[in-house]
Amino acid sequence: MVNRSELVTQGPDAGTRQISAVLRRPVGRFGGRMFNVVIVGGALLVVSLMSLMVYELVTTSWLSLERFGFAFIWTSDWDPVRLKFGALPFMYGTLVSSVLALLIAVPPSIGVAIFLVELSPLWLRGPIAFLGELLAAIPSVVYGLWGIFILAPWMQQTAQPFLKSTMGFLPLFQGPAYGVGMLTAGIILAIMVTPFVSSVTREVLAQVPRAQREAALALGATRWEMIRMAVLPFGWSGIIGACMLGLGRALGETMAVTMVIGNRPEIALSLFAPSYTMASVIANEFTEATDDLYLSALIEIGLVLFVITLVVNILARLLVWRAGRGMAVGVPE
Amino acid sequence: MRVQLRKGLRSIRLRDLGLVMVGMLFFALPARADVLINGAGATFPYPIYSKWFWEYRQVDSSAKFNYQSIGSGGGVRQIIARTVDFGASDAPLTDAELSKAPAKLLHIPTVMGAVVVTYNVQGIATGLKLTPVVLVDIFLGRITRWNDARLATVNPALVLPADDIIVVHRSDGSGTTSIFTDYLSSVSPDWKQKVGQGKAVRWPVGLGGKGNEGVAGQVKNTRGAIGYVELAYAEQNKLPYAFLQNQAGHFVAPSLETTTAAAAGATMPADFRISLVNQPGKDSYPIAGLTWILLYQQQRDCERGQKVVKFLWWATHDGQRYVPELLYAPLPADVVRMVEATLKTINCEGKPLLVSQ
Repeated sequence: MVNRSELVTQGPDAGTRQISAVLRRPVGRFGGRMFNVVIVGGALLVVSLMSLMVYELVTTSWLSLERFGFAFIWTSDWDPVRLKFGALPFMYGTLVSSVLALLIAVPPSIGVAIFLVELSPLWLRGPIAFLGELLAAIPSVVYGLWGIFILAPWMQQTAQPFLKSTMGFLPLFQGPAYGVGMLTAGIILAIMVTPFVSSVTREVLAQVPRAQREAALALGATRWEMIRMAVLPFGWSGIIGACMLGLGRALGETMAVTMVIGNRPEIALSLFAPSYTMASVIANEFTEATDDLYLSALIEIGLVLFVITLVVNILARLLVWRAGRGMAVGVPE
Repeated sequence: MRVQLRKGLRSIRLRDLGLVMVGMLFFALPARADVLINGAGATFPYPIYSKWFWEYRQVDSSAKFNYQSIGSGGGVRQIIARTVDFGASDAPLTDAELSKAPAKLLHIPTVMGAVVVTYNVQGIATGLKLTPVVLVDIFLGRITRWNDARLATVNPALVLPADDIIVVHRSDGSGTTSIFTDYLSSVSPDWKQKVGQGKAVRWPVGLGGKGNEGVAGQVKNTRGAIGYVELAYAEQNKLPYAFLQNQAGHFVAPSLETTTAAAAGATMPADFRISLVNQPGKDSYPIAGLTWILLYQQQRDCERGQKVVKFLWWATHDGQRYVPELLYAPLPADVVRMVEATLKTINCEGKPLLVSQ
């Protein structure tokens, strides 16, 4: 055991010495072993939970896997009465609404983060960051109700007619305006993911070394050039990570989306058309599904959602990794 | 000093622990005399069931009910798996479902509900009339405008606008959808063949709203919308409703009386598995339905079985007076008499559980 008095030695680097002393201290017999057991157990628990989940999803959806095979993911018939199930419209709806949400949410989120880190006066920084994060604390059913009663009527009466008259030549903005639909769902999701993307981006940008900024300014860069050339490239991998966090949130969101997306399992090019997502159909139909095949098809949707989320996460890791490498080449560490 | 504080803390903790344990005993012990009865199932009758559980405490304070309103599907699964004492469903079990049950399951009807067709048509606050054919064609997407000639012939007194019809249906699986599509199937072979009946179906046209509130919200906000909601929900929220033409050819408004009339007009089978849509009788509202409690004829736990049966007797007799205030329709008298006969057949270890009533 390390002598206790050694730890309290005074001196200019007492703190560092204390820490290194603690690090060098041999692991206590019992406490250390317990700690080891707990953390290894925790790690194993996560892994076994995941495997158990996959196992459960596969076994409980086996009936549907067997009956429909791969056709499940490329057919678009969803008929609980005749027990014919295909997940394509739900997969389409989930992916398109989430990507749409990111397209809408990412630019303002990065804007907010840059403003807070680089431009905002100090006294304003706290309140804005706080209010932004408060958005994340609102329950999704509240977003959904606001979506039905405020956003959807406004979309139907104001936003969609405007889009139709200005950009109606695009197939994206054609068809009848119901108020609810893909676009409205994308907007609700965008509002919901903004606090996640912006607060992570803000943290990332705050990590950019001061010297980096000062160097850019010293070279004669304007403030915008400094942000563009010194700050953003440094935070690139972190920003992509933030977007992927937002995407994950959007893929799994259920309640708010099902309230405004129109719940129609159809693939339509128009953003005004109603659509459906995987999480929504599970939430909507699971409680009343009595037939075994029906239930198993719903669980298979869960399995597909699981796989899609997994793929998205892997892609995100790859992107972050590549962005990280790119940065390392540009900025010697 | 520090040591003293530690000691103090430790003794407080020990004392607290002791208190908590005594408290737990205190809460756990009186439950000894109580009988906990578990039920699960339909959400539609949940308000009246919880009212009944509350009022029934004055009849038998030892019967404690725990009802999980997880949906009819879950209720059916749980009663078949025997994890609850009774299940509850908005749709009668099919023969296939009944055959999965380990023993004979009984359907006991408790209250009735109806499905209201609500709409948002400019200039028409009330008084829209619909025939079965017109209603089916709207939901099949064959009538797409409010000023369609067929709607105009049914409603000669109304000025119908040229707006598009936007159909709104439930997106979540529900007994309401089951009753509504049952009606459409019973009046139209075309609907039966193309769509069919179920708690969730493949809708030919329209948008899905989640829950009664989702459908009502969508209809309220969308010009030209038409949808369906539960009677209780429509009454509470003062939604406009359509008069529907019944089998006898009369246009009937949805109400508690016209719903009960539908059950009175029906020929009730002995197992109560009947759909009450499109029943004869000039006052019968055509889209009505029963909701049932499911339990085994042979109870395995005599004490709990008896409590459930006695409760059901009470619910279908004295309990019916709480039904209208919660906007359900009470059972007609002759159905109650049939329920009495069925309840008397429920037994445990060969002995009937209702001896003298």
